[in-house]
Amino acid sequence: MQCIIALKSQPARFTFVFAVVAVLIVAAVTSDCMAADSSANSTSQNSSQLIDDLVSKGWKENGFAPSKTATDSEWCRRVYLDVLGRIPTVDELNQFLKAKRTSQRDAELVDRLLGPDYVQEYARNWTTIWTNTLIGRTGGTDRRSPTSRPGMMQYLERVLLENKPYHLMARDLITATGDARPDMDNFNGAANFLVEKLAENGVQATAKTSQIFLGMNVQCTQCHNHPFNEYQQNQFWEMNAFFRQTRRNLEQMMDDDEPKPYATLVDDNFGGEGRMMGDRRREVVLEMRHGKLVDRDGAGVHAAPTYYELRNGQVRVAYPVFVDGSSLAAKYSDQGEDYGNSGAIEQINRRKELAELVLGSEQLEQSLVNRYWAHFFGHGFTKPIDDMGPHNPPSHPELLEILARDFRDSEFDLKGLIRRLVLSKPYRLSSRMNSSNVEDDPALGRPPMFSRFYVRQMQAEQLFDSLLVATKADAQATDDEKREMMKDRWLRQFSTAFGNDEGTESTSFNGSIPQVLTLMNGDLTKKAIRTKGESFLGRIANDPQLSNADKFNYLYQAGLSRKPSKQERKICTQLLASRKGDVARTLQDVWWAVLNSNEFILIH
Amino acid sequence: MNLIQRAPGMTRRHFMSHLAGASALAGPAWAFTNTLRANAAELKKNHKSCIMLWMGGGPPTIDMWDMKPGATTGGQFNPIATTGEAQINELMPKLAEQMKHLSVVRSMSTREADHTRGGYYMKTGYVPNPNIEHPSYGSVVAHEIGTKIDNLEIPPFVSIGGSGGGPGFLGMTYAPFQVSSNGRMRDLQMGVEDWQLADRMKLLSVLERRFVNERRGPAPEEHAKVLDSTLELMTSEQLVAFKVDQEPQAVRDRYGNNNLAKSCLLSRRLVEAGVPFVEVNFGGWDLHQNCFTSLEEKLPVLDHALSTLVEDLSERGMLDDTIVMCMGEFGRTPRINENAGRDHWARSWSILAGGGGLSAGRVIGETNADGTAVTSEPYSSEDLMATICQAMGISLQTVFTANNGRPMKIANSGKLIEGLIA
Repeated sequence: MQCIIALKSQPARFTFVFAVVAVLIVAAVTSDCMAADSSANSTSQNSSQLIDDLVSKGWKENGFAPSKTATDSEWCRRVYLDVLGRIPTVDELNQFLKAKRTSQRDAELVDRLLGPDYVQEYARNWTTIWTNTLIGRTGGTDRRSPTSRPGMMQYLERVLLENKPYHLMARDLITATGDARPDMDNFNGAANFLVEKLAENGVQATAKTSQIFLGMNVQCTQCHNHPFNEYQQNQFWEMNAFFRQTRRNLEQMMDDDEPKPYATLVDDNFGGEGRMMGDRRREVVLEMRHGKLVDRDGAGVHAAPTYYELRNGQVRVAYPVFVDGSSLAAKYSDQGEDYGNSGAIEQINRRKELAELVLGSEQLEQSLVNRYWAHFFGHGFTKPIDDMGPHNPPSHPELLEILARDFRDSEFDLKGLIRRLVLSKPYRLSSRMNSSNVEDDPALGRPPMFSRFYVRQMQAEQLFDSLLVATKADAQATDDEKREMMKDRWLRQFSTAFGNDEGTESTSFNGSIPQVLTLMNGDLTKKAIRTKGESFLGRIANDPQLSNADKFNYLYQAGLSRKPSKQERKICTQLLASRKGDVARTLQDVWWAVLNSNEFILIH
Repeated sequence: MNLIQRAPGMTRRHFMSHLAGASALAGPAWAFTNTLRANAAELKKNHKSCIMLWMGGGPPTIDMWDMKPGATTGGQFNPIATTGEAQINELMPKLAEQMKHLSVVRSMSTREADHTRGGYYMKTGYVPNPNIEHPSYGSVVAHEIGTKIDNLEIPPFVSIGGSGGGPGFLGMTYAPFQVSSNGRMRDLQMGVEDWQLADRMKLLSVLERRFVNERRGPAPEEHAKVLDSTLELMTSEQLVAFKVDQEPQAVRDRYGNNNLAKSCLLSRRLVEAGVPFVEVNFGGWDLHQNCFTSLEEKLPVLDHALSTLVEDLSERGMLDDTIVMCMGEFGRTPRINENAGRDHWARSWSILAGGGGLSAGRVIGETNADGTAVTSEPYSSEDLMATICQAMGISLQTVFTANNGRPMKIANSGKLIEGLIA
């Protein structure tokens, strides 16, 4: 005997269960906070010491002597670039250099940059970094894209302004529902992380959530067991099952000249795959077994399965299981065998379940610490930073583990982590090699030992903001909005999306000829070297307080955070003579050269 | 401004030395571009070139070069006869006329089926390795052939309409020069007098050298090298190769007006000017959905542009020295999915190649009745790269020293695809 019914939303009798879960979550978070109180901030100094101890252990083991300490101005420039995303102004630099040399001087600078005076700039810089991480440089830049880049940025800026704990940010992004665009009624900018990634049954949502929040590269396991690491194909689809209640509703506003999609992220009942009916309800075929009506296809009436195909053509079923093997079926087994696999939103909200599993996983803090370490030190503990696991052991396992644990204990305090990293001894080292540490070069394919500061190029965003600071090239763009528009326009020329299902993109801001051309001849540079009237160079040229030598000094300090060498002073003076004393034009050429130099574009 | 000492003859010969004289810092102002025109020597072309048409996303080669009419995996299109051995999709009648010049390798069998890994593998001959980045075809050619071409002032590796393969451990000097399909380049002119440019370069060279000498690793020096190449490009008359609009109207009409057509025309101009490797990007092949309706749009575009390129090269007598190859990071599943699409598939797929002394009009290798397996000798990315390198006159015994000190054999010891060698 067979009959066909359609699976419908289950009645409300299970709602109380969710309420209980929610209470437990709140309790867990609260106890975290309380545990963290005693260890936050006060231990950051010790933690920097810990970095010094564990990193220097690696130096000894490899026979590297660390490079000398960087000069104060080098370090200052580096801190501004890494924390605020721009170089220091001459005033800021001098304020630091003139401060009394106490043991606390470095810490005072870092605290100031992480404190209320700079909170807007800090938030803007890290909003850029996180936006690029979450939706890429091209995410939301195409008019037809449902992703709202401004929406994503608004959410992140708020989070970063208040230094919201990282795990809560992760939860927001994983569980978000609501409207993507700021001009929509039910706006929730966090929804933009997943808006574009839900296409093709959420394959990208699965891959990027694992990659960003867990440091796991599972992209390949979509199609097959990973050839080189421990990840299996079933894990991919079991993770993917967490996203299958989520839908992206799109609406086009036709009154607009060029219609844009308006996206809304919602969670909805999921009947499972199989023969689908009109409103996404699964056809369930029931049959009598042992005197009971059961799903002929093996999964009870609650379960909402998804299917994937092995390379040999076999089809397998997937239900939500976290990468560590925790299944929702097991978690809710006391409610019945299939309860945890339910697709009914009143019973199981799969994304909320996923968020709690992510928040409980130590991979959350390890991947974040690895990401931040790489930001400040140029290389992470693993390469690439978001492919961690036994197949790719970290360069400093003990350090990573302790930093990660401390980060969790600090209630996921991002600013606290930054402070620790920036105030450590390895971050204070010069980028100049000595005779013993030439071999400490990750470009040689060796694990980084951080015995010197690895030189790296500024990101396009850092360059833009640095040029603005150094030259006030945005004199006309007085308000932030205009500045951001200008920045967007400028940045866009470098990025290309590959248009494939992995969301791959590339940047030509990579030290290649087009980048050099932009810096030599582009508009931004032309603006930066204007000499008329109240322009940056105009004011220096016409400042009666400054001697010509002072003026050259000022330009070198503004661009390179140092004074010109003897040879550089000589050539500047020579140039001025050959220009028959035309200071403005001389400054223009000097400034052009400074801005185009390797020393300017590199973080060192 | 010879920032980095190069072998004589590698760069524009007089430019650097004249620059010093041109600078107000060292003597009277002097317009160096005029002198360069007087000194510019005819480029000697005795090398081969390669145009790689890169189909990013992974083209469904089972619908293009190795069709399976009647099989459940066959899709909706019919094959047509060509002037070569191969039958190809009916949507490409113009290319069918040119297939006497091109061969199909139907027995490509690889293992990398995601875009990033597959693209890396197909362009470098190596599977991705976190510890080392390998150079792609174009960078290898730039290193092995580009550096030996006298008087080539424009980059030896140009990527049109896409980012192109990476230079890996060979460094940014061998990176692709990326341009759009209309050949326009941003920010090429500084808009100042030559003497002022010379002054600026002189100031800059003092800064650059100082920083390079401070031993901070390879990045400062790489920057200086790229600065050299950029200056060379900016001041070169060979830039005219990028100006597609200087091509006679009839030729432009013949190629057509879409991006691929313009890219193909630009690639021909660049090869004519002596550029040994051009990558033409024609993406959008990630056809998980509606594969066949997409092909109805894409294949006619490919048909017209590629057939015109091959015919044009042939008429100009350039095809003997110019390899044209056509591939993506993998093929697509013989199985047609529930969205009328095909997914990633690396196990059995095809590439197209010809010209430059490769065999012409042949079919090499075969797959089984539904296209799910290669039934003849399978070929890998390494094999294909070895074959192309050999055809271009690059010795397969070439060994690079990677930056980790380890020797890296060109094309990763691939074996020659016999049938593809003429």
